[in-house]
Amino acid sequence: MRKYWHVLSIGIQNTLSYRVNFLFRSLFALVPLTAILSVWKTIFAQGQTTVAGYTLSQMVSYYLVVTLVDMLTAVAEDDWQIAADIKDGRISQFLLKPIDYQTYRLTLFAAGRIIYTAVALLPVAIFIYFQRSDFIYPSDALTWLAFGVSVAMTALLQFFISYSMALLAFWLQEVSTFIFIAYAFEYLAGGHLFPLDILPPWITKLLMLTPFPYQLYFPVNVFLGRITGPELVIGLAVQGFWVLLGYGIARWVWSRGVRHYEAVGG
Amino acid sequence: MTNTPLSRDPAAPQPEVHTISGWKRYARVYLALWRNSVVREMGFKVNFLLWIVVELLWFALQLSFFGVLYSHTDRIGDWSQWEVVLLVGASHFIQQMFQAFFLVNCSEISDLIQSGKLDFMLLLPINTRFIVSLRKVDLGAFVNAGSAVAVMVYALNELGRVPSPWQIVGFLLLVGVGILIHYSLMFLMATISFWTVKAQGIVWGYYNLFNIARYPDSAYSGNFRRFFTFILPMLLVSNVPTKLLANRLENPVEILWMLGVGASCAVMSEVCWRLSLSRYTSASS
Repeated sequence: MRKYWHVLSIGIQNTLSYRVNFLFRSLFALVPLTAILSVWKTIFAQGQTTVAGYTLSQMVSYYLVVTLVDMLTAVAEDDWQIAADIKDGRISQFLLKPIDYQTYRLTLFAAGRIIYTAVALLPVAIFIYFQRSDFIYPSDALTWLAFGVSVAMTALLQFFISYSMALLAFWLQEVSTFIFIAYAFEYLAGGHLFPLDILPPWITKLLMLTPFPYQLYFPVNVFLGRITGPELVIGLAVQGFWVLLGYGIARWVWSRGVRHYEAVGG
Repeated sequence: MTNTPLSRDPAAPQPEVHTISGWKRYARVYLALWRNSVVREMGFKVNFLLWIVVELLWFALQLSFFGVLYSHTDRIGDWSQWEVVLLVGASHFIQQMFQAFFLVNCSEISDLIQSGKLDFMLLLPINTRFIVSLRKVDLGAFVNAGSAVAVMVYALNELGRVPSPWQIVGFLLLVGVGILIHYSLMFLMATISFWTVKAQGIVWGYYNLFNIARYPDSAYSGNFRRFFTFILPMLLVSNVPTKLLANRLENPVEILWMLGVGASCAVMSEVCWRLSLSRYTSASS
């Protein structure tokens, strides 16, 4: 596996040149976050102490932890790069080399996240510091552990879904629209916009049957201590199931895609 | 490389080579640009339609966000649900109109500089800012602006309000100023790419700021509100026109303030553009 360590180190060196870009991106992302927190604070200041079971602190923490999980796991440029690799025919060289493209991309994704987190951590930490009176964090080691495991699985799930979407480029000229449509669903059903359990209960239940909540909402709730005991164990198992399924689908789409690619390329 | 007088001042009178002159010539050029855009878009019809679907989806997402908020509260600050829907509609309308005319062009400026294509544009016998800003037209955005209008009409109906003709004219005028503010600020940020190569992040970061324009201003307080009212006037762009339309403008000074801000943003971006061009030494040298 030494070759993938090389890929990781090359990936880190390459992404390092984007550090200023990352810094701006993370700083700009704090603006809509501030806006959404202001809206919630205004609603809570109007007299309600809870909204759909959330106190103000829980609501503020929810969005702060979303930002943290996003920083650690969000797919940034990877899907565009994969689609471009296919479209421009650069994928051919990977078919000839003794390197597995999926592991290669996963390693680059990891490199990207490491650098992004390193750059974004300071602004995000400062931001959270200013919200500290409303920030709830786990007090026991077990929750931290469960959160860590869940975040790792979230990252894998995010990657497998984006990777499979990007592989559609084997068949389609333009995949960006499909990626944006999927992204819109993730944004809502993943709990990016608001915690899913403030929706009518039947919608929440329905959404929990999809993989989307396990891309964000689930680890965030683990962090906030809203999922504990058997519920937590079952949740982690379900998340693990989605990760495995995502992996399987990614492999399957890849093998189909390569066959199609060879058929076209002769 | 020494600057030729041509590249030093883009607004300087160009040598007259055509028999038609002035705004007529610009109108003709712009018409040709439109024709190009139509041809380009129609080359990828499915893609064209899919982009409209993407935008519709995101618009629905914004509306559903406020729908969920208002299922738990009956007001945000002093804004009722349908007033906020009107605001979201107006904000989307402004954003889509901005996108139709300027967004792609602004985001491609750093590419033009990096690839050296800007040199070619500087040589064209036409104002460089005109051609850089208006090269491409995003036709799908007009369709999406239409969906925004439909939502606004629905919201006005729910509010039981029929705006007077003057309010509609005023609204459209302020929408124009809002687009001008967005354009000037984004253009200003794009000119940063004259100094640093990796400015693309900055340009796309501006897109994030759009997001806060669709929130009601009274949801904010303190420094955040002051900053985005007086320094980066995002909270004026959609809020002031919507307030005029919803008949809830407490203070007419807000309109004057928005006009003033629009004018100063436009002047500032033009000054920075000229300054940047005078320092421009092409990508190749």
